[in-house]
Amino acid sequence: MKNKLMILLIITCLIGIGTSCEKTIPDAPADDEILDGPIEGLTPEQNRIFLNGDVAFNGDVFSSANGLGPMFVANSCGSCHAGDGKGHPFTTLTRFGQSDTLGNKFLLLGGPQLQNRAIPGFQPEKIPAGATFSNFTPPANTGLGFFEAISDASIMALADANDADGDGISGRPNWINITQYSQIRPGTIIRNGKYIGRFGKKASVYDLLQQTANAYSQDMGVNSTYEHYSTYDNQEIDPEISNQKVLDVVFYLKTLKAPIQRDQNNADVIAGKQVFLNISCGKCHTPQLQTGPSNIAALANKSFAPYTDFLLHDMGPALDDKYTEGTAMTPEWRTPALWGLGLSKNSQGGGYHLLHDGRAKTIDQAILTHGGEAEQSKNKFQQLPSNEKAKLIKFLESL
Amino acid sequence: MKKLLTLFLVVLLAKQGFAQIDPDLLRAPDRDSARIKLNMDAVYDRPFLQVAKLPVALGGYAEANYQYLGADGLTEGHQFQMRRFTLFVSSGIAKRIKFLSELEFEDGTKEINIEFASIDFEFNPLLNLRGGIVMNPIGAFNQNHDGPKWEFVDRPISATQMLPATWSNVGFGIFGKKYLKNWVYAYEAYLTNGFDETIIANSENRTFLPASKANRDRFEESFNGAPLLTGKVALRNTKIGELGLSYMGGIYNKFQDDGLVLDEKRRLNVFAIDFNTVLPKLNTFINVEWAWVNVDVPATYTEQFGSNQQGGFIDIVQPLIKRPLFGFERAVLNAAVRLEYVDWNKGKFSSTSGNISDHIYSVVPALSFRPTPQTVIRLNYRYNWQTDLLGNPAAKLAGFQFGVSTYF
Repeated sequence: MKNKLMILLIITCLIGIGTSCEKTIPDAPADDEILDGPIEGLTPEQNRIFLNGDVAFNGDVFSSANGLGPMFVANSCGSCHAGDGKGHPFTTLTRFGQSDTLGNKFLLLGGPQLQNRAIPGFQPEKIPAGATFSNFTPPANTGLGFFEAISDASIMALADANDADGDGISGRPNWINITQYSQIRPGTIIRNGKYIGRFGKKASVYDLLQQTANAYSQDMGVNSTYEHYSTYDNQEIDPEISNQKVLDVVFYLKTLKAPIQRDQNNADVIAGKQVFLNISCGKCHTPQLQTGPSNIAALANKSFAPYTDFLLHDMGPALDDKYTEGTAMTPEWRTPALWGLGLSKNSQGGGYHLLHDGRAKTIDQAILTHGGEAEQSKNKFQQLPSNEKAKLIKFLESL
Repeated sequence: MKKLLTLFLVVLLAKQGFAQIDPDLLRAPDRDSARIKLNMDAVYDRPFLQVAKLPVALGGYAEANYQYLGADGLTEGHQFQMRRFTLFVSSGIAKRIKFLSELEFEDGTKEINIEFASIDFEFNPLLNLRGGIVMNPIGAFNQNHDGPKWEFVDRPISATQMLPATWSNVGFGIFGKKYLKNWVYAYEAYLTNGFDETIIANSENRTFLPASKANRDRFEESFNGAPLLTGKVALRNTKIGELGLSYMGGIYNKFQDDGLVLDEKRRLNVFAIDFNTVLPKLNTFINVEWAWVNVDVPATYTEQFGSNQQGGFIDIVQPLIKRPLFGFERAVLNAAVRLEYVDWNKGKFSSTSGNISDHIYSVVPALSFRPTPQTVIRLNYRYNWQTDLLGNPAAKLAGFQFGVSTYF
């Protein structure tokens, strides 16, 4: 009798477990609480390429056996961009050697990027005497396909290089030279042989292929056919990664979803957005933009909310590191996108490391460090009653 | 044609002959006659069978399992796995000279390893010489790892993902035991080939001692010519339990080659403590192991690879029913739980002075049914909380695991 009862109990348990497998695993976080995942509307074949890129980006770890270094900053893409979000100061990279618009004078001395780590038995690079430098905290990589798909004309429409409207804000594109392997977008605007940069803290990169190949080379010391000069001795070397892998990662970056705003219907968030617009933050952190045509249908002609205008703005002396890229002046920075800001803590180790070098530990601090063209907005922020400040911060954290 | 027919008859007769082996001829060879067993005895404390007067005894164990695990809402679905199929061959070559080998197939034939293949010479209970492929006695699990002995489908995380169980190498060593009333004292000391630079250059992206297991050459030559020292002392009291203290250390990097200096010598050191006991009256079995790892990682390398690690586990196994069940005379039903923790990178970021994370907590409640002491059917529910290097919100993994394991 006891045995029969036990058999019944075992069978009941097994049926219970078998029918409730999915309930025994941890819930997936809400889609608006994470940054990774593809944009909606990819085809099955695009999903496959996305997954290949995902594995390469988040799974590949480089060591001396497969191309790391010998000098490097990080040994995997995921080391700098945990969960595809903003990075932590431990993988902050340093650029050096260019202090005006005439170019980098330290390219033969290891510029423009410092490789501050080295595989065992090698010594890392040091900043040469006389070179100015700036530290860059890794940015989030979400929604970059939207950045790629916006037209040059849309960016130019936001520019006001000579402050014609007299609002004290004079955004302009960073006109840059492009690489030999860059693929020119339809509708590209060229001025004096230079192109509009849109990626990077100084908008000194034309497209995601350059950004990716450059990151493999400069961040990890992994050469490709795109970037085939070693950062160690500037010699041309064999590729250490296949073109296919680089292109898979480019596709992955292009098709990562845009961050989804949370609490959009919260009264304080709505009021905070109004404060944001009232004190003219939105003049540079443009709330809404539209992509143009794209060979990825899911990215074509889509409205998106990056809170950037892709333009350079003078941010004042506090943010002037005396280092620059392209034709940007040293105090000029490309307006950073604010989308995903509220999720930054989840990829930066539980706290904020904001601004280009991670120096601001709160949103408040980041705003108060603004100067130059943002001086007026900063002053207005300081004069806000505390409840309006709180609503503004709540809005920014919802992004 | 005649030859073919003859061959066929020989095969047929041979098959009939084996089929007619009298089970009485199968006998368990003499096992270590020690009164009190220690973890170091585990290698011989296994069921072997000997056929008639064949000079070798055979044994082994198998582990198969099913699991349905998911992490943060994503799952690989239903997975069936043949985790291990292990064969033992032992031989009493002469009085006080014996040989034992352990050949393991993991995940089908994905990994095939000789985990142990040693000749033991007993000069005195206090002085035995062992040579061949030995299991480095770091902690207890590395030596006492057979699947049927455990109530859990997975091996402890600290034992396999921090310490490199099962970690065996070619080398020589000595061991011995001394019995005093209710006490037994034991020691082991081996010099073997050791680790290599993959412990800080691997796809796990962390200091990872098990990476060196992939180096098959370690059974042929030392990576750097510097021996790995592993030593353990253990004592057991019949009423209190067994305590083990162990150390493993040596140089892991290639500091010179062809007479040229390549790097400074870099050491790794591992300390472990293990304890097991059975609580009187309750018959609760408690097994604890904790280890500390220290690796000399170059300061100019990435903080991704930590210099210090620690971790361990505690297993608590409570027999619930001990009586004949389903026709099995010595059946036991156990409830058990395993608590685990590993920190692969103890330290602080130089950039922020904040703590480096890269750790995991795990809880595994379990039910196990042992129809015989050498066979186990086990049902586990695993829940892991794993935090990345930066200390971002933990990834949660959970799900059921079901498995069977038996000696044969």
